[in-house]
Amino acid sequence: MTAQTAAAPVKKDPEKPAAGERRWWQLDSTEGLWRNLALVAVLAILIITGIITKPELYSDGTWVRNNIFTILELASVIGVVTVGMTFVIIGGGIDLSVGAIIALAGVWSTTLATQDYGAGGMIFCALAVGIGVGVVNGILISYGRLVAFIATLAMLVAARGLAAQISGKQTQVSTSDFINGIAANDFLGVPVLVYILAAVVAAGWVLLNRTTFGRRTVAVGGNVEAARLAGINVKRHTLLLYALSGLCCGIAAVMLTSQANSAQAAMANLYELDAIAAAIIGGTLLSGGRGTIIGSLLGVLVFSTITNLFAINNLSTEVQNMVKGGIIVLAVLIQQIQFKAVTQFFAKNSKITTS
Amino acid sequence: MKHASDLSRRRLLLGGAALGAGALLTACTSNEEDEPSGGAQTAAAGNNQNAAPGEKVTIGFSAPAADHGWIAAITNNAKAQAAAYSDVEFKTVEAGADAAAQRAALQTLVAQKPSIIVLLPHDGKELNAFGLEAMKAGIPVVNLDRAFPDPLAYRLQIKGDNYGMGVSAAHYIIDQMKAKNVASPVIGEIAGIDSLELTQERSKGFADTLAQAGFKVGNRRAAEFTADSGQREAASLLQALPKMDALWNHDDDQGIGVLAAIQQANRSEFLMVGGAGSKAAIEAIQADNSVLKATVTYSPSMASSAISLARLIAQNKGMSDLVELQVPKEIILASETITKENASNYLKLGF
Repeated sequence: MTAQTAAAPVKKDPEKPAAGERRWWQLDSTEGLWRNLALVAVLAILIITGIITKPELYSDGTWVRNNIFTILELASVIGVVTVGMTFVIIGGGIDLSVGAIIALAGVWSTTLATQDYGAGGMIFCALAVGIGVGVVNGILISYGRLVAFIATLAMLVAARGLAAQISGKQTQVSTSDFINGIAANDFLGVPVLVYILAAVVAAGWVLLNRTTFGRRTVAVGGNVEAARLAGINVKRHTLLLYALSGLCCGIAAVMLTSQANSAQAAMANLYELDAIAAAIIGGTLLSGGRGTIIGSLLGVLVFSTITNLFAINNLSTEVQNMVKGGIIVLAVLIQQIQFKAVTQFFAKNSKITTS
Repeated sequence: MKHASDLSRRRLLLGGAALGAGALLTACTSNEEDEPSGGAQTAAAGNNQNAAPGEKVTIGFSAPAADHGWIAAITNNAKAQAAAYSDVEFKTVEAGADAAAQRAALQTLVAQKPSIIVLLPHDGKELNAFGLEAMKAGIPVVNLDRAFPDPLAYRLQIKGDNYGMGVSAAHYIIDQMKAKNVASPVIGEIAGIDSLELTQERSKGFADTLAQAGFKVGNRRAAEFTADSGQREAASLLQALPKMDALWNHDDDQGIGVLAAIQQANRSEFLMVGGAGSKAAIEAIQADNSVLKATVTYSPSMASSAISLARLIAQNKGMSDLVELQVPKEIILASETITKENASNYLKLGF
């Protein structure tokens, strides 16, 4: 049965033998789709579990609507960070310093001196610090030839240290109504944070899929040497990737400061691990060269939905962390074994029948 | 040629912009307040005969470099209290990031032969051996807040009452619920870092006391003592409990985030009790314009008291109000409840 249908298109389309050997579900472009569908299924299972365990909450329409926004708001800061992280990982690197950059940018933008400049000054400061630290990371990695893991690990420690130094280890309260309002206000019934997340995800998608920058990122991550021979300035491109991650951290710092009405050196604790985990269960290859923004977003949403599910059922954080760990392993296993095995199975079959 | 000059001009512009941004940023790191704030909590009583200058003593001090307002207040208080005595020389070493780093720092302190050491350990169990060693070498050790398991490892232990915090918070909530005639209230709890013993003690005191009144905690979330984690957990908790009567948040620093989440969710049907007693929280209670109606203390003023007592121990004096000629071995501070009525008394103790 499979053999017959598999053999048919080759005869119809002899001028495209390469495409003919691979079915549409085996193509690189649809591989991402499969992964994303699997994540959507996981999301659906989580939500159904919520409905089964807490029917009295889910029967209230306004509560459900609020809950969706709560999940999205919970996902917003990590989501923005994950977009930057996805670019860095696709480009063959890793950024362990994202949490520390958020803390530094947040603390820097909420010092009394910065707050004197008003909301504009605070936002500028957060973004500039984010990009600045990202550029330092990039220079160390691309021109200083440090391994990304080590350079950003060093930055993680140093940036948190500087943040603690600037803040004097105190929690700095933001007095700007505009900044605090970002997390508190709605626009047309949808929280502002959700718009920011949507905008960053959309911009990330366009940048990755519709621009030369995105193509180069995939090329650099897939094979550095080939990318260099193809005329890509690999060093500059790597630097730009870390700067982009830094920019995302700057945006995230403003959002997190707004949510907490304050900033401190210990904020955004372990966000780097959450962002990497989300990117990976979203199908981004840790060795670079492959990944999707939508997959990463779904990865973040899976995590924030789990957190929400555990909160409404009053389950402890420990259980939640164990389940999170399990889901990371499961997601990667399913993606590796199932889809590879299935596609390879079909590929073998079609080869046997067509040769 | 033209191309090259264009490029260099662009680079010049970019470089200039970067420099300008850098200059602006460095100007932004200052945290100087326009008017000096109240600051540390010291008590150098004038007419107390113990306050009179006595024998010169050197007090060594070590506390973790944690990123938390409470720990920062501990260090500041100790410094300020030591400065209030003319006969005290104060030597401080930063405890670094963990117990091992603190042990190393303390060795350098011991080498300077202080008269007495005041120490807030990263972990009482891990630094127990150091306490024993110092006591054996004839340097008395004052343990601040995190107890050593071995009674031989310290001369004085002064600490807050974590279990008592939970008890005080629960008592306040029970009283309020009875006054409002709520028979079975929905009570939420936002704890600190769950793996710490102090968090478990606080939660146990809270749950035990509530149980006596027949109440129970409806939902409990654990944050990380930071404002952003407090906001995150509070947002989840509010979603889980669409209607709530009371909420206890273990820590006022993380409470900044908890209050932010409550405000973002537009909720006000319940009352909230804080923990620790930060200045911002006491001011909010006094102003009475949010859900925060009370906070139970775990005051960093204990560091000031520890320095005063360390001085007395080193000078071989007792506490003047007590009959004993020596300072007692163990002091546990009571966890007091700050409400609108007494907030003004506590404002000077807020950190």
